[in-house]
Amino acid sequence: MNVGAAQALQLILRRELCLSFRRPDQLLQPLVFFLIVTTLFPLALSPELSLLRDMAPGILWVAALLSSLLSLDALFRADAEDGTLEQLALSGQALSVIVIGKTFAHWLVSGAALVVMSPLVATALGIPVGAFPTMLASLALGTLTLSWLGSIGAGLTVGLRRGSVLLSLIVLPLAMPLLIFGASATDRAITGMSPAGALYLLAALCVFTSTLAPIAATVALRITLE
Amino acid sequence: MNPAASLTVDQVHVWRGDRHVLRGVSLSLAAGELLHVWGPNGTGKTTLLRVICGLLRPEQGVVAWLGRSIVAIRSEFQAALAYASHEPALKSDLTALENLRFAVGLKRRVSEAELRASLDRTGVGRCADLPARVLSAGQRRRVAMARVLAFQAPLWLLDEPFTNLDVKGSALVSQLLLEHVSGGGLALVVAHQDLSMACEVKRLELDG
Repeated sequence: MNVGAAQALQLILRRELCLSFRRPDQLLQPLVFFLIVTTLFPLALSPELSLLRDMAPGILWVAALLSSLLSLDALFRADAEDGTLEQLALSGQALSVIVIGKTFAHWLVSGAALVVMSPLVATALGIPVGAFPTMLASLALGTLTLSWLGSIGAGLTVGLRRGSVLLSLIVLPLAMPLLIFGASATDRAITGMSPAGALYLLAALCVFTSTLAPIAATVALRITLE
Repeated sequence: MNPAASLTVDQVHVWRGDRHVLRGVSLSLAAGELLHVWGPNGTGKTTLLRVICGLLRPEQGVVAWLGRSIVAIRSEFQAALAYASHEPALKSDLTALENLRFAVGLKRRVSEAELRASLDRTGVGRCADLPARVLSAGQRRRVAMARVLAFQAPLWLLDEPFTNLDVKGSALVSQLLLEHVSGGGLALVVAHQDLSMACEVKRLELDG
């Protein structure tokens, strides 16, 4: 009996989550990184709340981008190194299903976890509670988009011995629009203006990447598998 | 199993940079046949296997399954294929059983009892709930062999299946191969040593 794509997707999600929770240290590292980086700014600049509040969206977003990048390198590399990626590629399922499952699982354990933790950081940086919904929504959309973008970079660099720097060089320029609209949405919410425009653009970017990035990442992965 | 199942490789050429690794390799395999591919290191045995399973596209030549190019019937061909690479390809953080569940579950609907049965068959039933990390190299190889069994695929492509196995383990793999081909399956085995089999073995020598 053949296995449908939906069932395969579910199985891959379970596999990835299972693997992540067997390694809690790797799960926590990007989150702790996020916490520490955001703590560095008040130390380096000034702990004055009004200054921090002005810079908070930028700090939050830069830290979120960097910490999401940390775990992207392992997206396909771990499976490529132990040979399980070949088994997945020969499973009879479309490679794009595998890419989608793995990338979405990556977002759940990195991006979504970061979103859950962000109110803590936001409070420390003096972002008012009223801006939290906008901040959470923009971070959720932004980190998901970043995971999709990252899957292309990870697919391209999986064959390289040390691909993590190159991965950042590929992904960060593509992530600039996220930074601009994400930070401006949060900033607008803090200053009491409507963040709708920036949020819509983030949502559009998210839809755009989640439809096209799996195709690009699949092609990249197929090339590097050879 | 389909009695007409047949694999043909026709004049396959593969270059690796400047190196001409496979120079016009042809072979054919019908149901119930076992092919032993051998030759010195670096003559492209693994490359040939990767070409046959479709991981590597040859610069020239065609691989066909049931008379149709595997590029055209990719998912159908993969469903009929059990590939074991020279590394066991297990996630070390998952148990032997979980490794099988996630690998086999993508290919066909499978119950836990079936997976445990195939682990029992290859002699690692007692290790089913241990993480692959703590298994010995030989035990990992046996788990990989259990995965091949559990795929229930007509075509087996095995890359050095005897590596790290003790005498009993090697005999077991030979026995499984015999049962597979006598049941109408096809098997292509890459191995350095001679296969001591109680059935007819076709041989293909690669000499680079």
